[in-house]
Amino acid sequence: MKTSLKTLASSIVALGAAAGITLGAVGFAQADDPVKAAFVYVGPVSDHGWSYAHDQARLALEEELGAEVETTFLESVPEGADAVRAFERLARTGHDIIFATSFGYMESVQEVSERFPDVKFEHATGYLSGDNFANYNGHFYEGRYVLGKIAGMETETNTIGYIASYAIPEVISGINAFMLGAQSVNPDVEVKIIWVNTWYDPPREGEAANALVDQGADILVQHTDSTAQLQVAQERGVRGFGNDSDMGAFAPEAQLTAIVNNWTPYYVERVSAIAEGTWETGSAMGSMENGMVQMAPFANMSDETKAVAEETMAGIIAGDIHPFAGPIFNQEGELIVADGEVAPLDMILSMNFYIQGIDDAYPN
Amino acid sequence: MLLEGILITIVGAATPIVLAAIGELVVERSGVLNLGVEGMMIMGAVVGFGVSLTTGNPYLGVVAGAFAGVGMALLFGFFTIYLASNQVATGLALTLLGLGLAGLIGESFVGTPGIKLEPITIPLLSTIPFIGPALFDRDILVYASFVIVAGVSYGLFKTRAGLILRATGENAEAAHALGRDVRRIRMAAVAFGGLCAGLGGAYLSLVLTAQWTEGMSAGRGWIALAIVVFATWLPWRALAGAYLFGGVIILQLHAQAFGIRIPPQAMTMLPYLATIIALVILSRNHALMRRNTPAALGRAFVPDR
Repeated sequence: MKTSLKTLASSIVALGAAAGITLGAVGFAQADDPVKAAFVYVGPVSDHGWSYAHDQARLALEEELGAEVETTFLESVPEGADAVRAFERLARTGHDIIFATSFGYMESVQEVSERFPDVKFEHATGYLSGDNFANYNGHFYEGRYVLGKIAGMETETNTIGYIASYAIPEVISGINAFMLGAQSVNPDVEVKIIWVNTWYDPPREGEAANALVDQGADILVQHTDSTAQLQVAQERGVRGFGNDSDMGAFAPEAQLTAIVNNWTPYYVERVSAIAEGTWETGSAMGSMENGMVQMAPFANMSDETKAVAEETMAGIIAGDIHPFAGPIFNQEGELIVADGEVAPLDMILSMNFYIQGIDDAYPN
Repeated sequence: MLLEGILITIVGAATPIVLAAIGELVVERSGVLNLGVEGMMIMGAVVGFGVSLTTGNPYLGVVAGAFAGVGMALLFGFFTIYLASNQVATGLALTLLGLGLAGLIGESFVGTPGIKLEPITIPLLSTIPFIGPALFDRDILVYASFVIVAGVSYGLFKTRAGLILRATGENAEAAHALGRDVRRIRMAAVAFGGLCAGLGGAYLSLVLTAQWTEGMSAGRGWIALAIVVFATWLPWRALAGAYLFGGVIILQLHAQAFGIRIPPQAMTMLPYLATIIALVILSRNHALMRRNTPAALGRAFVPDR
């Protein structure tokens, strides 16, 4: 029953896309036509997390480029066959550039991009690319390293609860960076990880948060998209971090800070490149230094912790601190990154192991 | 401490499913299959949240959420009972309508923290170790879920009205021939189902997570539907099924936090699997199954005069 509902829902999504596109495709390409940019989100724009952050950037893009750009978006598009249909529709209806904003869209984007060589595809957080298929990502692990430092200093039970979505490199490297940060200030820190196997199910995320608090966690970290776990943190009198956007309004006494994703500069740059005819494929990496990875105001923590967090941020921006600086050992105790070296970027982007000190089975 | 915490969260996870399931059980006992539970739930969630936010009173939110469910149910009833439209298709449409409409209504509530329904502590009982805090220091909806299940169980099997309702679900023509107004009875049952689903939805946005987010029912309406069938349309079994489901959800989260090495995908599957297995075993009693399945379930009734 659930599947048939999903299929129905997605065919309606596809129908909606089709209708929207027919309308848009009436005026044919002229020299000063606006660039038509489409955005595909995995969750609702109202998640106040991942998809919300992308949509905020879409709105900022419209604001900044005005009449030069025309945007469309599709929300809650499931990964897989439905995504293929959505991209196809968008490509067929005169969109110049399509931003696919979830890791799980990667193969679908590749498939569709090969069939529509004149349309530019941009995929967030993946590693594949092609002639008309670029990928972009942020070094969000930089932010997670800062979270780790804060958590390591602020925890009293030495137990951190971590709510994770799916075992993909982005999430794994986030957990590792977090723990490296935490261990650097507190050698006794332990992490309990719950995989909820969803990006977005607020009640489930809340239940996971409750379970972690019941097991003694006094700091909660999430790599999911809703604000539920922070609300639980507030209720239960513990603290936590927001994800993807500043979630402080939901938990003013519990949010320590949040990683804030700022996609605006990248979207403006890429859409402008289309307008000027200078778009090229590639792999773009946003970071703390160029402003894609930002942090919400530090709150609910001691001045000492705050100072360390600010120093860490400044160090990352200046290039003095690298979250994955050696020596780094894996769970088996093997040296992965030697002292004095930093992990190469492709290791971080395809990370598939836990570092030493994470007392949990690596999910397969 | 840990055990208490686990019990508290299990009750929280189970309550919205109990509420939605018990309502649907009554609907199906009257011979109507309403697949729109998810849509009624999500409407209950958004309207409950909105009213509690604008009035500042979460109890008004609960009432409004229930009415939102009833409104959706009446729409469904009008089409399926009075216009004799296909129940399966109309129910699916109701779910899609509910999800979309709720998103539209809720647009301005997004990103606003809500008001949580506060627990009402029952003196003495709430001091019982383990089960006290889990069962007797809760919000009004948890108490309501038990009262409703008990009431439905009594009403269906011990009262004349319940007998008539079940007769309508067994053989609408016969009930009609006996002078019963089948359509009105079914309409009342459908409305009750909407009321319960609306309460279940309100539980999501007023207790479980005091916020509104699109699609926050996340399939719980479908679980409730499945539980009704596997519980062979028996109220206490539906309650047990919902608690089993909630229990396995919470326990698998705890197992993970303890570092028990089971693939997380399997962990996520576990509550569904456990519920299905347990209820399939329960419903293997064919005589019982035949006795309890409403014979006229899903069949439209059009009176010939």
